[in-house]
Amino acid sequence: MNPFSSGTRLRDMIRAIRACKTAAEERAVVRKECAAIRAAINENDQDYRHRNLAKLMFIHMLGYPTHFGQMECLKLIASTGFPEKRIGYLGLMLLLDERQEVLMLVTNSLKQDLNHSNQYIVGLALCALGNISSAEMARDLAPDVERLLQFRDPNIRKKAALCSIRIIKKVPDLAENFMHPASSLLKEKHHGVLITGVQLCTDLCKVSSEALEYFRENCIEGLVKTLRDIANSPYSPEYDIAGITDPFLHIRLLKLLRILGQGDAGASDCMTDILAQVASRTESNKNAGNAILYECVETIMSIEDNGGLRVLAINILGRFLSNRDNNIRYVGLNMLMKAIMVDAKAVQRHRATILECVKDSDASIQKRALELVYLLVNESNVKPLTKELIEYLEVSNQEFKGDITAKICSLVEKFSPAKIWYIDQMLKVLSEAGNFVKDEVWHALIIVISNASDLHGYTVRALYRVSQASTEQESLVRVAVWCVGEYGDMLVNNVGMLDIEEPITVTESDAVDAMEVAIKCQRLGLTTKAMALIALFKLSSRFPSCSERIKDIIVQNKRSLVLELQQRSIEFSCILQKHHNIRSALVERMPILDEATFTGRKAGSLPTAVSASSIIPCNLPNGIAKPAAAPIGDLLDLSSDDAPPAPVSSGGDFLQDLLGVDLSPASAPSGTSQSPKTGTDVLLDLLSIGTLPPVQSSSSAIDILSSSHDNKAPVANLNGLASHSSLSANATSPASSAGMMDLLNGTGAITQKHEENGPAYPSLVAYESSTLRMTFNFSKQPGNPQTTFIQATFTNLSPNVYNGFLFQAAVPKFLQLHLDPASSNTLPASGNGSITQCLKVTNTQHGKKSLVMRIRIAYKTNDKDVLEEGQINNFPRDL
Amino acid sequence: IHFVLLISRQGKVRLTKWYSTYSKKERSKVLRELSGVILTRGPRLCNFVEWRGLKVVYKRYASLYFCMCMDPDGNELEILEIIHHYVEVLDRYFGSVCELDLIYNFHKAYYILDEILISGELQESSKRTVVRSVAAQDSLVEAAKEETGSTISNIIALAAK
Repeated sequence: MNPFSSGTRLRDMIRAIRACKTAAEERAVVRKECAAIRAAINENDQDYRHRNLAKLMFIHMLGYPTHFGQMECLKLIASTGFPEKRIGYLGLMLLLDERQEVLMLVTNSLKQDLNHSNQYIVGLALCALGNISSAEMARDLAPDVERLLQFRDPNIRKKAALCSIRIIKKVPDLAENFMHPASSLLKEKHHGVLITGVQLCTDLCKVSSEALEYFRENCIEGLVKTLRDIANSPYSPEYDIAGITDPFLHIRLLKLLRILGQGDAGASDCMTDILAQVASRTESNKNAGNAILYECVETIMSIEDNGGLRVLAINILGRFLSNRDNNIRYVGLNMLMKAIMVDAKAVQRHRATILECVKDSDASIQKRALELVYLLVNESNVKPLTKELIEYLEVSNQEFKGDITAKICSLVEKFSPAKIWYIDQMLKVLSEAGNFVKDEVWHALIIVISNASDLHGYTVRALYRVSQASTEQESLVRVAVWCVGEYGDMLVNNVGMLDIEEPITVTESDAVDAMEVAIKCQRLGLTTKAMALIALFKLSSRFPSCSERIKDIIVQNKRSLVLELQQRSIEFSCILQKHHNIRSALVERMPILDEATFTGRKAGSLPTAVSASSIIPCNLPNGIAKPAAAPIGDLLDLSSDDAPPAPVSSGGDFLQDLLGVDLSPASAPSGTSQSPKTGTDVLLDLLSIGTLPPVQSSSSAIDILSSSHDNKAPVANLNGLASHSSLSANATSPASSAGMMDLLNGTGAITQKHEENGPAYPSLVAYESSTLRMTFNFSKQPGNPQTTFIQATFTNLSPNVYNGFLFQAAVPKFLQLHLDPASSNTLPASGNGSITQCLKVTNTQHGKKSLVMRIRIAYKTNDKDVLEEGQINNFPRDL
Repeated sequence: IHFVLLISRQGKVRLTKWYSTYSKKERSKVLRELSGVILTRGPRLCNFVEWRGLKVVYKRYASLYFCMCMDPDGNELEILEIIHHYVEVLDRYFGSVCELDLIYNFHKAYYILDEILISGELQESSKRTVVRSVAAQDSLVEAAKEETGSTISNIIALAAK
């Protein structure tokens, strides 16, 4: 005997493995066996081949690699004896899957075996083919299988039928070849053949509409008769399960009838009687009977309308729901989901029971029931159902909280009857399960709050109250922090008190305390801390009495190890110390956030969003695209002066203003972004800072849109001021970033500068129309002749006030333009005041070319949008 | 049906049969995930687990969990019936089957399963037919062994001593 071929029997090996006490021991035994098997394979040992393969299968099941045995399977299959083939095919199905190339080698053996004289060998081949056939094999062997559908032995016919299912699933084109043989299987008496034949027909209908039509025309009556016979058949011990003859056949027939009846009134009509009989007469005290009823109900729900049957079906489901067996309740809920499409009213009747199921101890049932409740909610019952769900949220277990929170949020958003209700419910959810809430949800809440101007006071007080009670739920803290930052004064002064509110007394320092806690709390994340820092900064002007303390807290964070916080606090403290003149403007309240923009973004409707210009492409100079209109993003509002009181201007303009620190006019108003005029160089620059060709600018638009789906983007933007300015700073030319450096280092404000220098150039009426005049005053910094500071002054020549005033400018590529925020966005009528705006132009070809600029001025007068455009060529030559 | 699993209460895999394509990695992941979910479920809960958009129907017989994974729109109750059908056939074949039978004769358990399901679809609803068919094939094997005579069986007999 060969010393290498393992002498141990399969049984002994299994025993040895089972005797192992540790995983290491087991590995050792398996390694030894594998070595022996490999050796046997190398020696091409025939006697033990099938035993070795059996061992390998066991080893495979334990999870060890057995790839080296794959070729052995093929050898066994190719041998002549039945025992070898049997174990070979079993190994083939276990050790290989359809993706392995070895499988191709077996096609030939399979073909031979499908034509073998021994029907059991044919059976083995059919079984293997049915279980692991790849598309190529299916194509090659389909004719043989088709032939076997007419084989004399029913056991082969049924195997061939199931094998055909695999074939048509892999290669749907072959479906029509199987149509006729399949329909002849339906006439059989043998249950196995009948079951597989019906199943084959069902799958044929799924892949081929031709087959569906064919069976509809030719087979319905036969199927109905078969179902009737089987339903009425007397007791037959061979097929009986719990007093029902062959429930499997019942179910398959019902399934095929469903597919045939769906969308065909005539076919549906044929089967109503038998469906009624099955639905009303099937015993429902055992699982088998319920399985049939369940299938029957589904068929009734799917076929063309028949009121009487549906009542019957809904009643069955009602019985299912009140059943004590969890399985039955589960399938009842499952089916009601489908029934709700058909008959919502009938399902609503079971609402109380379904709500009970949400509270079941079984996770599967809970999940089903919650899905169902979600579908049940409409405008009329949203309040009580939400109340129930929120109450349940308090007691539900942790794993389920995520699901239930998501559903509640989505319901509240979808059906909210009033803003105050929405806010109330969201506060409840946030304080209960804020950690399970997705970012979009609390973003949306902030937008709603921002838009509900009469509820600002109420909301901030409510938020303060709940967030004082607990800081466990981070998203609650975030919303609270944001609101305190924005509406801190309302919190302290009890502005906008509602009748239902309990009055609370909060002092300014209490509010600052809350922010300080948020910054210092270890548990809270960076985003929350950054938001709290911004809120504090905002409070510095709302609460003058606390400003020193706020300054201290901000200064403390200069030493933060987190870059974001450190940078932010350095910037803020700089503003607090040296830039009193702009501080109050910086910390103004946010303008109302645009709901439409947000929902558009959320819906991900990219093309519409672009054409509606609700999101405007905006490129930062270093090519980092940002969501131009990310409403949450711009939490810190630099531009409150210039931003229109109502968001008439698009988000893009807003951002541009926001970035006023040194960003060139990166955005364009709606008109331009679609304008065909973008062909001209100069206007192009309006869109893309003058460095990008049009193709790129449109692709960047897509960038922005996609990035706006990224959760992180808004978070990154949360800290509006500095992240914008820093982004732009590291990318623009040194000259233009100088402005920002000034801001941070406090070497003096730009405006002071050119007053010192005085106008060295004559001022210029750069643009004049019948309604508007724009004059430019020029100044230069000594030692920097390339850069020109321009102060633009706008005067209204018409008798009407201009609102939403927006000035934009574009320059050719050799120039770099930088716009500061305008002093206002409202221009009083008849020259009774003016708007000023500072521009900084850097001429890279100073001395060779003179300045040139294209401008566009947009404003609203008498509720009409007006757009004025022009080009300025008459700049003094040596600028 | 996408796959059939037999898992012991200790989490040991006793049988796996894959009708849909899963790579080796996916297979072991499926096994790990599902045995985690199913073995921890309490006794009075329903027999269905929703898992990765599919449904797994399981039933415990003594120390073994029989699991079958199906499409979400299938008939859960029927799958339960199929599991029971398989168990009854095993029972008839082995004569009051126990876990050890399935360990030492795992290949027989596969043969029986192959007579009940092909390509994840039910093949035969009569237990008698299934048992008869498996028995017929077994006797073919026996006959072949006797025919080839001494060589293999003798060696096995020798080894057994």
